[in-house]
Amino acid sequence: MSTVYFIAQQTMYFAIPLLVVALGGMFAERSGVVNIALEGIMIVGAFFGIGFINIYQNTMTGQGLLILAVLVAALSGALFSLFHAFASINLKADQTISGTALNMFAPAFAIYTARMLQGVQQIQFMDTFYIRSVPILGDIPILGPILFKNAYITTYIGLFIALISWFVINHTRFGLRLRACGEHPQAADSVGINVYRIRYAGVIISGILAGIGGLTFVVPTSTNFNATVAGYGFLALAVLIFGQWRTNKVFAAAFFFGIMKTFASAYSGIPFLKGLPISNEVYKMIPYIATLIVLTFSSKNSQAPRAEGIPYDKGSR
Amino acid sequence: MRTKLFQYEGITSFLSSLSAIAAGLLVGLIILLVSNSQDAFPAFVMILKGGFEDGSRGLAQVIYFAIPIIMTGLSVGFAFKTGLFNIGASGQFKMGAFVAIYIGIKWSFVPEEIHWLVALLGAMVAGAVWGSVPGILNAFFNVNVVITSIMMNYIGMYLVNMAIVKTVYDSLKNQTKPVLKSAVLPKAGMDKLFNTSNVSIGIFIVIIAVIAIYIILHKTTFGYELKACGSNREASRYAGINEKKSIILSMVIAGALSGLGGGLLYLSGSGKYIHVLDELAPEGFSGISVALLGMSHPIGIFLAGLFIAHLEVGGFNIQLYNFVPEIIDMIISVIIYCGAFALLFKQIISRFVTKPVIDTDTSGIEPAMISQANDTSDMGGAEDKRGHGEDKI
Repeated sequence: MSTVYFIAQQTMYFAIPLLVVALGGMFAERSGVVNIALEGIMIVGAFFGIGFINIYQNTMTGQGLLILAVLVAALSGALFSLFHAFASINLKADQTISGTALNMFAPAFAIYTARMLQGVQQIQFMDTFYIRSVPILGDIPILGPILFKNAYITTYIGLFIALISWFVINHTRFGLRLRACGEHPQAADSVGINVYRIRYAGVIISGILAGIGGLTFVVPTSTNFNATVAGYGFLALAVLIFGQWRTNKVFAAAFFFGIMKTFASAYSGIPFLKGLPISNEVYKMIPYIATLIVLTFSSKNSQAPRAEGIPYDKGSR
Repeated sequence: MRTKLFQYEGITSFLSSLSAIAAGLLVGLIILLVSNSQDAFPAFVMILKGGFEDGSRGLAQVIYFAIPIIMTGLSVGFAFKTGLFNIGASGQFKMGAFVAIYIGIKWSFVPEEIHWLVALLGAMVAGAVWGSVPGILNAFFNVNVVITSIMMNYIGMYLVNMAIVKTVYDSLKNQTKPVLKSAVLPKAGMDKLFNTSNVSIGIFIVIIAVIAIYIILHKTTFGYELKACGSNREASRYAGINEKKSIILSMVIAGALSGLGGGLLYLSGSGKYIHVLDELAPEGFSGISVALLGMSHPIGIFLAGLFIAHLEVGGFNIQLYNFVPEIIDMIISVIIYCGAFALLFKQIISRFVTKPVIDTDTSGIEPAMISQANDTSDMGGAEDKRGHGEDKI
């Protein structure tokens, strides 16, 4: 049973950042803007979030600091995403171009700034955020060890974001408008919705979530930030497509990938897998191969937003 | 009127590229000034000089940096033309690099004169196989190329790491062993010309590839079909083009180009080895920048690759002033980003220039439409992506 708990706890570390960032991508794409800059935005969010922790960790510790850092990451992600919004909405640029530019800029900026300010590119931080067991909740049988032990507060923030996202996109007026702009912006415009404003909102939300996701990825898995989020932005993009742009499916896809990734990275802690004569690298490949296979059998009907990637031009029909 | 338009088109796209480059360099200068105002100007001059800093050795360094990224740039640009975003150049590159090294070490039975050629062909095949998977899955199962390419990048990286450890591993340095002498690309006097050992006939192979891709895209029916597929999949199917075949072949060729790039880099005899690390090959992602900067046109890609390599050499040199070479990546990203502004700039120019012609024969709606048409043809594949609904990111 302890193995199951171990797997569940590990899965959270991988799945939550993927989930948050993929949901961010969902907001952008369902408003009609493809955001392949998720990777870059994650790096910017993590950079400013971890930088904030690095500066203030001598004056404060614990959950308060982490929550402030999450806010910093969200804000920096939002600001950075404005570049993408401006190029792809106002300038009607090809969205791959500005996304690629942002992806390239972010790690270079993080390395340059860190090295110019402190000599090395790694930004160290002390992990004072680890929660061994949440009071009361951690003692619940079964559910307690799975959800409320060996955790980080970012896990709950992530799950909360998923719930909010589901509600916003499916059950609010804003969500309906967002979806309309991604499916048929001309129709949305004809009933008085400001397509540009909605798309800006979509991209900014994706920036906020990707920024948070970047920090959420770094905090549980490392004690320094090395100007990379290990391709998680691209994986989140994959999770988004895998999840067919729907909140509940994205949730499932993120956890599918998270569990696979857990088997890959922590198999030596799982007695059953440790005994098998399989190379380390094979385990690492499994999440990607499994995703490929699942996609092969589930991609016949793509649910992509129809107007995704097409700049909205008021004059066109 | 048409020829006139084309003339303007060439000039405007050249001007807009120049303005994007100027903007990128300006941002670079500002960053340098902010971080260290004293050394900013000498460092900036050093970046501009780039490969011209160190005589022929500097030029050789530019060529050395340019070879892999031109190849991955060609790969990405070629797939763009068919409306596919080949983000998987990294994995194809790595597969090609590994197979080239493997053949270069293990296939000593091959006649010495053609050993390097066989190794390069092996690299192309490996890249092509790796590229074909996203193509096949997209053509037959409608799986998004972007996501399969990303997955194939990681699978390729782990597979290569595993294969290296099992076959050609130098466990002391955690990298591949050196290839046999016969597998190193012939120098053909280039090393004497440039006075350094980094150069070989690799650049000529790149030039051949550029010309071949140009001919395929612009002078053959096959290339026309690929581009038609990129513009509108449904329409090309209606026109009797086998779009499944086009997609798969496009990815196969793109993969082969990336794989060849990997082979060329690791057989260049410059002391470069694959390290066994969980790290995607960065050349694949540079290829995206090169393709975008070169507007997916083979010759544009060639020049863009040389230009980026030129800046990279400059970035390497400014470490003399204690600056961090990553500034170059920032400059390049700003240049690419300003490509978006450039599009706008181009629109304004072409509207301005074509206006007198239009006014004489048709109504006032035309200029906008024509400038739009210009955009579509200028942007090449990157723009083509908008055309069809099946391959959304």
